[in-house]
Amino acid sequence: MRSIPLPALIGLFITGLFLFTAVFAPWIAPYGVSKVVGDVWEPASGTFWLGTDNIGRDLLSRLICGGQTTIFVAIAATVVSFVTGSILGLFAAVVGGWIDQLMSRFVDLVMAIPTLIFALVVLSVMPVTIPVLILVMGLLDSTRVFRLSRAVASDIAVMEYVEAARLRGEGRGWVIFREILPNALSPLVAEAGMRFIFMVLFVSTLSFLGLGVQPPAADWGGIVKENKDGIVYGIPAALLPAIAIAALSISVNLVADWVLDRTSSLKGGRNA
Amino acid sequence: MNSLVLKLLVQRVALGLLLIFLVSIMIFLGTQILPGDVAQAILGQTATPESLANLREELGLNVPPLERYLSWLGGVLQGDLGTSLTNGRDIGASIADRLGNTLFLAMWAAIISVPLAIILGLVSVLYRGRWPDKLISAVTLSAISVPEFMMSYILMYYVAVQLGWAPSVAMLNDRMSLLDKLHAISLPIAVLVMVVLAHMMRMTRAALLNVMQSAYIETAELKGIRRSLVIWRHAFPNSIAPIVNVVMLNMAYLVVGVVVVEVVFVYPGMGQYLVDHVAKRDVPVVQACGLIFAAVYIFLNMFADIVSILANPRLRHPK
Repeated sequence: MRSIPLPALIGLFITGLFLFTAVFAPWIAPYGVSKVVGDVWEPASGTFWLGTDNIGRDLLSRLICGGQTTIFVAIAATVVSFVTGSILGLFAAVVGGWIDQLMSRFVDLVMAIPTLIFALVVLSVMPVTIPVLILVMGLLDSTRVFRLSRAVASDIAVMEYVEAARLRGEGRGWVIFREILPNALSPLVAEAGMRFIFMVLFVSTLSFLGLGVQPPAADWGGIVKENKDGIVYGIPAALLPAIAIAALSISVNLVADWVLDRTSSLKGGRNA
Repeated sequence: MNSLVLKLLVQRVALGLLLIFLVSIMIFLGTQILPGDVAQAILGQTATPESLANLREELGLNVPPLERYLSWLGGVLQGDLGTSLTNGRDIGASIADRLGNTLFLAMWAAIISVPLAIILGLVSVLYRGRWPDKLISAVTLSAISVPEFMMSYILMYYVAVQLGWAPSVAMLNDRMSLLDKLHAISLPIAVLVMVVLAHMMRMTRAALLNVMQSAYIETAELKGIRRSLVIWRHAFPNSIAPIVNVVMLNMAYLVVGVVVVEVVFVYPGMGQYLVDHVAKRDVPVVQACGLIFAAVYIFLNMFADIVSILANPRLRHPK
């Protein structure tokens, strides 16, 4: 095991910090998430470290609990996207033929519509609840995972050891999960980081548009929506979630870059 | 122009048209996948049976889906986008002005960001691994790490409110001169440029670096040509096709970014219209807007492919 480079270490640390805060949010937050504790838009002070929001709730508590919602939804959607996308992608690569063609063309078709636009179309008739959000985001995004895992798996599927397993008479399930998946895992893990960040941005955007997480639950996009009117009066409350999102996304990017670097050097790829 | 190029172009245009047709099916199905009753979902649990029946009638839910789709498609082909559920107005008429506004915004963002992205990509390849490259990388990484709406508010807070350089709300009217209009939409343009630029520049850099690994670049370097000349004369012409693709691919960020940015700056465009009517569950409007956004995106992609077919010298001289 080689030592981890410093940027990746910083990335891992900050990502870990965010996850820890998300898991233990109710215990860390100094005040209740929807409790009105002060005046409207109080500035930062000893009692309210980041000030209060548009109806006098503690912003730090909102941010911490909002982070829990945002990160939870993003992780769940990433899982949906990965499980669906990678299983179908690997399946398409192994089976090949017209089934592969059909699935790939269908994915092309879905990707011909910008994701946010398609999500808006679907959400116009769906009840906007958290499970629906997770499913819609996850399934729409699984098209990208499908493409990646299919591409990676097509490279692996022609390797001798896969051929050997086939000749041994192993079933498709064995070939997919025991031969191809372990070898396709590293690029998929790096991609998972990027997809997770995309989901954080996606759910925040939907919530900001009022079509994501519904109040009174807090989430980063929603906090911006609630406090946006303060901006023109010079109250920066709405900018706080931006800092949280940027920090999280840059640190996950650092980790993903490191994973990708590591795997390309494992493959002996020229990484000049 | 020879027959091979012509054949490829015709194929590409046909494929684009087919794609738009299939996308119209997807968008129609996207509003039908709800298990159960769309009318119920739109009106909520408290709806009376009469209002449900009325809405079903209005949406044509009593007709089978295929027939409904065909009549919708037939209308669209004749330029009739249907009527809005919420205010009963003709959708085509409401969209016309807004579409113009949105294209105006997107066009200026593209005019500024495309040359800038290509220049920055060239610069960062030229100074690869040194501070200009690292600086550009760091700035663009931060720019893609923040969602568009947050970038908008950051700019609004500092540029519009603190410095007072630009209006915080992008209002347009017909009496404004072009310069006034540009000033009014300077912040939305800035946000779109930043978002698109970051993605586009990173991919331009990657495309150039890819070409830089070719053998003919090594030859040029071994001849002793200056590095800037190697990039300009040898690498750049060969990366036009990938760069055009990158540019068009990133127009997707423009299409999506425009939706969000319009909402933030209260800009009277298609995006704001779409989002408003998603919240109101106005299905005909959402279908029409979704179809237009998707069609614009598909046209852009088609255009990119056509340019790269025309820019490929290997296709101009068939064996």
